[in-house]
Amino acid sequence: MEWLESFWTTYSTLVLSIGTNVLLALSIYLTLSCGLLTVANAAFMGIGAYTAGLLTVHTGTPFLFALIFGSLLPGIVAMLIGGPTLRLSGVYLAMATLAFGEVARILILNTEDLTGGALGLNGIPQMTNVLHVAVAVTGALYVLLRLAASPIGRTLTAISQDETVTELMGSDVRAYKLFAFTLGAVLAGLAGALNAHFTFFISPNEYGFERAVEILAMGVLGGTGSPWGAVLGGVLVTLLPELLRGLGHYRPLINGLILILIILYSPKGIWDLTRFVRRPAKLPALN
Amino acid sequence: MLGQQLINAVSLGGVYALFALGFTLIFGVLGVVNLAHGAIFMLGAYAALQAVTLLEVPLVGGILAAMAISGMAGWLLDRMIFAPLRARRAPHLAPMIATIGLAIVLNSAVEGFFGAENLRLPIDILPADTLKMSGVQITWLELQIVVMAVLLMGALFWSLKKTRVGCALRAVAESPKAAALAGIDVEGLFRLTSVIASLLGGVAGVLIALYTNAVFPLMGQPMLHKGIAVVILGGMGDMRGALLGGFFLGFAEVFSVAYIGSTMRDAIAFGLLFVILLIRPEGLFGKAAQRRA
Amino acid sequence: MLKLSSISKRFGGLQVLQDVSLELPPRGIVGLIGPNGAGKTTVFNLITGLLAPDKGTIEFFGKPLTGMPPYRIARVGLVRTFQNGRIFRDMSVLENVLVAMAHQTAYSAANLFLPLRRFRSAERREQEIAHDLLFRMGLFEKAHRLAGELSFGDQRRVEIARALATNPKLLLLDEPAAGMNAVEKQQLMDEIVKLDENGVGIFIIEHDMRFIMGLCRHILVLNFGRVIAQGMPEEIRADPAVIEAYLGRDGESVTAGTGIVI
Repeated sequence: MEWLESFWTTYSTLVLSIGTNVLLALSIYLTLSCGLLTVANAAFMGIGAYTAGLLTVHTGTPFLFALIFGSLLPGIVAMLIGGPTLRLSGVYLAMATLAFGEVARILILNTEDLTGGALGLNGIPQMTNVLHVAVAVTGALYVLLRLAASPIGRTLTAISQDETVTELMGSDVRAYKLFAFTLGAVLAGLAGALNAHFTFFISPNEYGFERAVEILAMGVLGGTGSPWGAVLGGVLVTLLPELLRGLGHYRPLINGLILILIILYSPKGIWDLTRFVRRPAKLPALN
Repeated sequence: MLGQQLINAVSLGGVYALFALGFTLIFGVLGVVNLAHGAIFMLGAYAALQAVTLLEVPLVGGILAAMAISGMAGWLLDRMIFAPLRARRAPHLAPMIATIGLAIVLNSAVEGFFGAENLRLPIDILPADTLKMSGVQITWLELQIVVMAVLLMGALFWSLKKTRVGCALRAVAESPKAAALAGIDVEGLFRLTSVIASLLGGVAGVLIALYTNAVFPLMGQPMLHKGIAVVILGGMGDMRGALLGGFFLGFAEVFSVAYIGSTMRDAIAFGLLFVILLIRPEGLFGKAAQRRA
Repeated sequence: MLKLSSISKRFGGLQVLQDVSLELPPRGIVGLIGPNGAGKTTVFNLITGLLAPDKGTIEFFGKPLTGMPPYRIARVGLVRTFQNGRIFRDMSVLENVLVAMAHQTAYSAANLFLPLRRFRSAERREQEIAHDLLFRMGLFEKAHRLAGELSFGDQRRVEIARALATNPKLLLLDEPAAGMNAVEKQQLMDEIVKLDENGVGIFIIEHDMRFIMGLCRHILVLNFGRVIAQGMPEEIRADPAVIEAYLGRDGESVTAGTGIVI
């Protein structure tokens, strides 16, 4: 198992990054799948990271509980701001969530006593290992796959196509959107909490505009057709800068290019191309 | 002291208004939220900086360089991104996402070329003399900023009202289809709008660089957020609203810094934005945009 | 069953509906006609809750609908179709129908984790009901085709099937025959008659006079936002005010308020 060990020392960060990025991609997939363009997930990630990090550093909370609180708090915040915010359409929603992200970041910057402000939070115990991430990713993927195949998933897709008609057919559209928004926030928070416990140092700038763009790039690349698209998007966005030797530096640039190119040339994301190989469904017997 | 604050507020407000006008112009005419406007603003500042340091032209030259570079960026933006998406009748969110990508590309590229540090305009460019007017000291610098901003905005409003092109532009903003039927070159006007709007943003970049004496790759981001706040406050697509909103924000920031403290200065804009979006998303002047159900 | 009392609605400077009162019996097919721009679609928008009236009340089986969000109104049994046909184009025909049944299925969070038996049987029943509906509308073989790829007539049928899936008490059809040829119109008339026989109330907006006169027992005529006549087809045909409303117009006029700005 020697090669495994050496592989791990070189690539552990990368594998763990892929894991948390897939979680983030799934979180934005959820909101995109019902037609919501929100860029708040970076902020939710930050809230999760800080919550979990502060709990383990200052109060010695066990890791698992820190993860749980780190996931729940963003969810609660999402439910609070989601009510009024999700009434907004398209561009206004995007801008409101952009503003929310900035407000969160500024709040963290200005609460130095608690969060360390611009200097960041240091000394978070490195407790995340690949098992945690694997369980989180598998769990999230499983739930989202079941969701996509369920009536809830169907309704979310319908909302993304025609919100008014979906409501006129009896679905409480606001509740569905709030559900997607909140669950997305929980996933993003979980990703943040996990991430904080292997980078051991976090600062507000990690959860700002560049992170939001990266998450958006993953979501747009993966498309809204299926959670697998999000997985693909997360993996590609993480790996691409690494594969192109030495361009890890230019990660934001690559993400930006991804956004532009996908929007211009393949708006439904990369996964949509697999539509052509889906098996035709069978008709049930009459009566 | 109050007088000094007033001058600051007017200068800052003028720049905010200029930036917001460009942003709202693109939304009003092309129907697109251009989130790369902040990056173009930043390009203007860098263009001026390079012109002044490398070519050793006076400040006016710097401003012209900013106009040229940002105007060109606006042209490319429409040609390469907005026009193809228009032709495809892409949904509204598509160009917005693309501009997010462009903003980050520009930020990274500039950071790669010029580094992430704060650069400063050379001292001799900045006029240091001050004027004394009714007990208040204004620097030539601030005066120039205010004059520049007011001149440009005046030119914009005048041409929108009085020239044929301005009229055509307003027609296109109202209804592209009707304008096309009337024989107006709608695509050309879209392109022109993008150029003009970006030009305004670029000049705003130079003016802020003068005001704060700092040029750095990410300077466009906080500006963009404030621009969004201003435009939403004043109503998307509403020029008067952008103008008044810009000054309003300038005043709000200057006076809150003076009396509350500077750490939360940037939060003022966002706090306002958030509240406005929740209570009255159409802004003070705009038409209702919130969906009903 | 459905009662509008003195409904008025204004859009900016335009008074779209003025003092409109009407009452629909629990059974039967009722028609709503009038020149373009008379305010017919606005009436539908008000009934289904997309718009709120400035004045007046709407009652359904005695219960007031004012202030109810559209999804609640749909659940109470008031469902509509659209003038241009708004199906979910990128979803299959079956999925279109299933979405309309979503609120009728009890679904709990537990099912997200495990495919529990009682949910599986509930889902199977759902599918059966949906397929049954499709069969009745002649769409059974097309269940898995993308709705956007179907012919125009079929798309209309999908929309009706979807509306039926909500178990409506009153179905509001907004120009269901628009764009159809004579054969398709006759088929649609037969389908509507069958719906009436099955106990679903029908309220139709249409321009095709033969269609309306052939189907409806009771017709309301709207012009410039006011009810100018109502009664049986023969009465309406002979009513001078109705004749003048139609003949007095020069062809098509630009409609205001034929939908919501979303």
